[in-house]
Amino acid sequence: MFDKILIANRGEIACRVIDSARRMGVATVAVYSDADAAARHVAMADEAVHIGGAAPADSYLRGDTIIAAARATGAQAIHPGYGFLSENPAFVEAVEAAGLVFIGPSASAIRAMGLKDAAKALMEEAGVPVVPGYHGENQDDEHLAGAAEAIGYPVLIKAVAGGGGKGMRKVTRAGDFAEALASARGEARTAFGNDAVLVEKFVEKPRHIEVQVFGDGNRALHLFERDCSLQRRHQKVIEEAPAPGMTEDMRAAMGRAAVRAAEAIGYSGAGTVEFIVDGARGLHPEGFWFMEMNTRLQVEHPVTEAITGVDLVEWQLRVAAGESLPATQADLTINGHSFEARLYAEDVPKGFLPATGTLAHLAFAPGCRADTGVRSGDAVSPFYDPMIAKIVTHGPTRAVALAKMRAALAGTEVAGTVTNIGFLSALCAHEGFASGEVDTGLIERDLAALVDAPGPTPRDVALAALAAAGLTGAAQGETGFTLWAPLKRTIRLARGGDSFAVVIALAGPNAARVTIRDDVVEARRGAAGWVLDGVRAPSVVVTGGLVTVFSGAGHGFDIVDPLAVAAAAGAGGNLVEAPMPGLVKAVFAEAGQAVVAGDKLAVLEAMKMEHTLVAPRDGVISEVLAVAGQQVEAGAALVALEEE
Amino acid sequence: MKLQSQALPGSDAFAANRAGHLDALAVIHEAAQAAALGGGDKARARHVSRGKMLPRQRVANLLDPGAPFLEVGATAAHGMYDGAAPAAGVIAGIGQVHGQEVMVIANDATVKGGTYYPMTVKKHLRAQEIAEECNLPCVYLVDSGGANLPNQDEVFPDRDHFGRIFYNQARMSAKGIPQIAVVMGSCTAGGAYVPAMSDVTIIVKEQGTIFLAGPPLVKAATGEVVTAEDLGGGDVHTRLSGVADYLAEDDEHALALARRALGHLNRARPDTVVWQTPEDPAYDPEELLGVVPPDLRTPYDIREVIARLVDGSRFDEFKPRFGETLVTGFAHLKGCPVGIVANNGVLFSEAAQKGAHFIELCSQRRIPLIFLQNITGFMVGRKYENEGIARHGAKMVTAVASTNVPKITMLVGGSFGAGNYGMAGRAYQPRFLWTWPNSRISVMGGEQAAGVLATVKRDAIERAGEEWSAEDEAEFKRPTIEMFERQSHPLYASARLWDDGIIDPRKSRDVLFLSLTAALNAPIEDTRFGVFRM
Repeated sequence: MFDKILIANRGEIACRVIDSARRMGVATVAVYSDADAAARHVAMADEAVHIGGAAPADSYLRGDTIIAAARATGAQAIHPGYGFLSENPAFVEAVEAAGLVFIGPSASAIRAMGLKDAAKALMEEAGVPVVPGYHGENQDDEHLAGAAEAIGYPVLIKAVAGGGGKGMRKVTRAGDFAEALASARGEARTAFGNDAVLVEKFVEKPRHIEVQVFGDGNRALHLFERDCSLQRRHQKVIEEAPAPGMTEDMRAAMGRAAVRAAEAIGYSGAGTVEFIVDGARGLHPEGFWFMEMNTRLQVEHPVTEAITGVDLVEWQLRVAAGESLPATQADLTINGHSFEARLYAEDVPKGFLPATGTLAHLAFAPGCRADTGVRSGDAVSPFYDPMIAKIVTHGPTRAVALAKMRAALAGTEVAGTVTNIGFLSALCAHEGFASGEVDTGLIERDLAALVDAPGPTPRDVALAALAAAGLTGAAQGETGFTLWAPLKRTIRLARGGDSFAVVIALAGPNAARVTIRDDVVEARRGAAGWVLDGVRAPSVVVTGGLVTVFSGAGHGFDIVDPLAVAAAAGAGGNLVEAPMPGLVKAVFAEAGQAVVAGDKLAVLEAMKMEHTLVAPRDGVISEVLAVAGQQVEAGAALVALEEE
Repeated sequence: MKLQSQALPGSDAFAANRAGHLDALAVIHEAAQAAALGGGDKARARHVSRGKMLPRQRVANLLDPGAPFLEVGATAAHGMYDGAAPAAGVIAGIGQVHGQEVMVIANDATVKGGTYYPMTVKKHLRAQEIAEECNLPCVYLVDSGGANLPNQDEVFPDRDHFGRIFYNQARMSAKGIPQIAVVMGSCTAGGAYVPAMSDVTIIVKEQGTIFLAGPPLVKAATGEVVTAEDLGGGDVHTRLSGVADYLAEDDEHALALARRALGHLNRARPDTVVWQTPEDPAYDPEELLGVVPPDLRTPYDIREVIARLVDGSRFDEFKPRFGETLVTGFAHLKGCPVGIVANNGVLFSEAAQKGAHFIELCSQRRIPLIFLQNITGFMVGRKYENEGIARHGAKMVTAVASTNVPKITMLVGGSFGAGNYGMAGRAYQPRFLWTWPNSRISVMGGEQAAGVLATVKRDAIERAGEEWSAEDEAEFKRPTIEMFERQSHPLYASARLWDDGIIDPRKSRDVLFLSLTAALNAPIEDTRFGVFRM
């Protein structure tokens, strides 16, 4: 076994790898960018090496610097985590050339699976079923359109070098093909520097089921399947294992196919073979097709760990250190059911816009596994994926595991940024999901209901106001003292477009009558905090100008400062501002140009997504302040319209 | 020494005492609630319809949420001016902004446009006096039409009339006591000087006005026709005249600006006393209602009161075996060291000497003094006059008058005659003077006064050889007794600001603590005593 390894990653996965390494007595070296100097993974590791600037290209993607760090610290192997350099064959070769061990598959295995069309051809040869499609090298528009016609609509256009849904478009009729192709290519070019695409059959009511495989370079085995059908725009939201409705026949068939795929490329380490499954007529051994193989540890690997009891990172280290497979297929059984929910800093009502912020408070419920790379006080920065944590539950049955997930989400406390907890909770309460009727279209179909999380109750608002007034700590003896008539203090709160004028009338330190419009909440303070209308108050934190009440999915309120309101009233309403920190990708506006509401003015790239900024009204552009290529802060003025 | 209470909370006497206090409290409570509503529903509705906050709401939004507010003169002018001026049309009290105590003086425009009745002036001046003595920044929430014209003879010309407000502002500002005005309504004539004399002034846009003469007077005087806003609105004063410094969008913004201004005072509390960790009394202050007989004629041990006021009910009684009708001693109140002087019967010579001695001790040690008044007076009679009780009483009065430590007086029972003087009555300028609903104050008891008058009359009748029947005498005495009863009632007293307010006895500890911490914003000066007649 290694004495010391370097983890070429950040965030929760770096922390997760350090955890297993430590259990095995292996010392760890973290690497970090400027933005991560105080990050959790740096604090957890035995040693840490600074490798460059905040942008991934300046740090976590710099293979040479990382290899140098490994050599300098005496690490014998490098664990790549997922993303960044994990599927970069050149990096693997460089690691090996430096006399170090890459904890993962060989460069050739990665190459074999790296290009989707080639991978499919290879799999077809190996006898693994693949979706009908065109994976050829002829990238002529006409030719691709012809291929689509031959396969039959609906079809899917996908970037050959793609992943994570980037450069992917569904086309339902021939008329839309050309436009979708152009847009998929554009995205692919930006994301991967390669605009080659493939076209394949679009499967109706598809399910995304993947099989965890593990190889030692010679043999491979599988650790059963995961169902990742709950996706939004091809991004996984909640994953589970095993797949609901899975039959033994089909599991065996999929397992066999996956192992065949792995062995065909001499796979070593943890990998995932993704299949698209026809969910329209129930699961059957003929209804699955190979999609791609991910030659790394997956984000959602914990659900497999939960049902098999295997520590996949431990296996990765052992196999990388030269051991053969730590178990046989016969050793592996499924124990119960597991779910994973991805907790993100994102503004769900605003179209799942990625969010940033300092997590003034972060706490997870007992009884769940929470893999996280952040702690209370850490920031979700604009430079990386805004994932806060993966919450994993396990139970003897699917129903129990799901109930535990609901409880775990209800008990998750995040303050300082908006999150998708409400959305995840709504999803866990979705009837179709609860009964196991999942497919990749579920979220999109029921999106309106899923994002419509219940708003705060008057009790929540009352508690937020008490907290904003600084009345949630220990009471001082004279708090709320008046001689005769109580004073009625107004606290203004805002939440989305809603504003609340909350009136607090204290009668001594431990009693308050809180009035919100027509609602009156009677509050009493005891040893365990406030009791509102007889109900014990949930926890609440105040961070700067934000109050978060942890009831339901958590409700955030801005404390309205009359000084700020007055200042804002003085500012002009003619500015187009950056909605978040990011990079100005393109500027279309020109001074003097007449625009109508909705015209594209600029594109901001932030949080790995492109945000189009449009004219808020009809008018004439007076000034363009944004410059393409410029990094801007949230709220920065980009384009100004002339006064009306 | 921890005091040992002899009270029996389950007893009939306890319950009867409590019932008596609750009756007395109910009367005060009703008066205070009515006063807090200001000029009544119609005036309040009109005020709110103009987009203005009600005055108590203004006070609440100026102060730190949840922080205590020690109101002064809450029932001022009660029963005066035919009830036209609830709370004398002005709210005054000590609150906290950014944790720092400030004196707030807020006009109530729902009461006759916030104009100044004689008691309004007296209350405003009293609040300023407290601020000056306690070194507290003043915030004036101005919304007043100036002097109440029908009462001009009682508000304008004299020393302690309207002009004194601005004199005080200038003198306080000179002493480094910040003066901040928020103009939230009219500020006319003399009233214009409140903002003009302030260190910092905030005015609400299209709502606050400041001018020496309003549009009608201008028209009468010069024929010029001008709107109030153009004459002296917020825009004019912050942009052209410089009479005000900040323009606020509305009341809420104005109060936030005032809070911000109060964040830049660069003031620290002086070092005064050595604080201890606060501790609750061993006996519940709630029991005060049960241990004190509401009838002043029933004697009780004042230590029952002290035991329910001080930390751990611990009281280091000074000279316990000498002059026993005056209880003196050291204790802590919410961590603050205090010297307590409390009546436990009529004052004799020894008690007066002991009182003078104890006040000297506290002055030397710079320990604040608390006077618990329940006093019918000094002992009378040949024996006492001949041994020089006036001389001994004078010692105590000299000590009380001379000391520079903060004095806080609380009337827990009677306050009659020269006893009032020796126990730091209003004339002896305690920093604060609070009263209980069961207290009574007059130069002597009504019975005694009527008796004195009756004796004089009987002597005259009998000298003339006539007779005066007992019935006639009783009929003669009745109006005097009734007058004394009416005038000695705490509501009558508080209406005239003979005190700073009537309090619920159960809040005594909080009131005393807040009074102490307010007073300790000022350094404790050295004391130099006058000549003690030995």
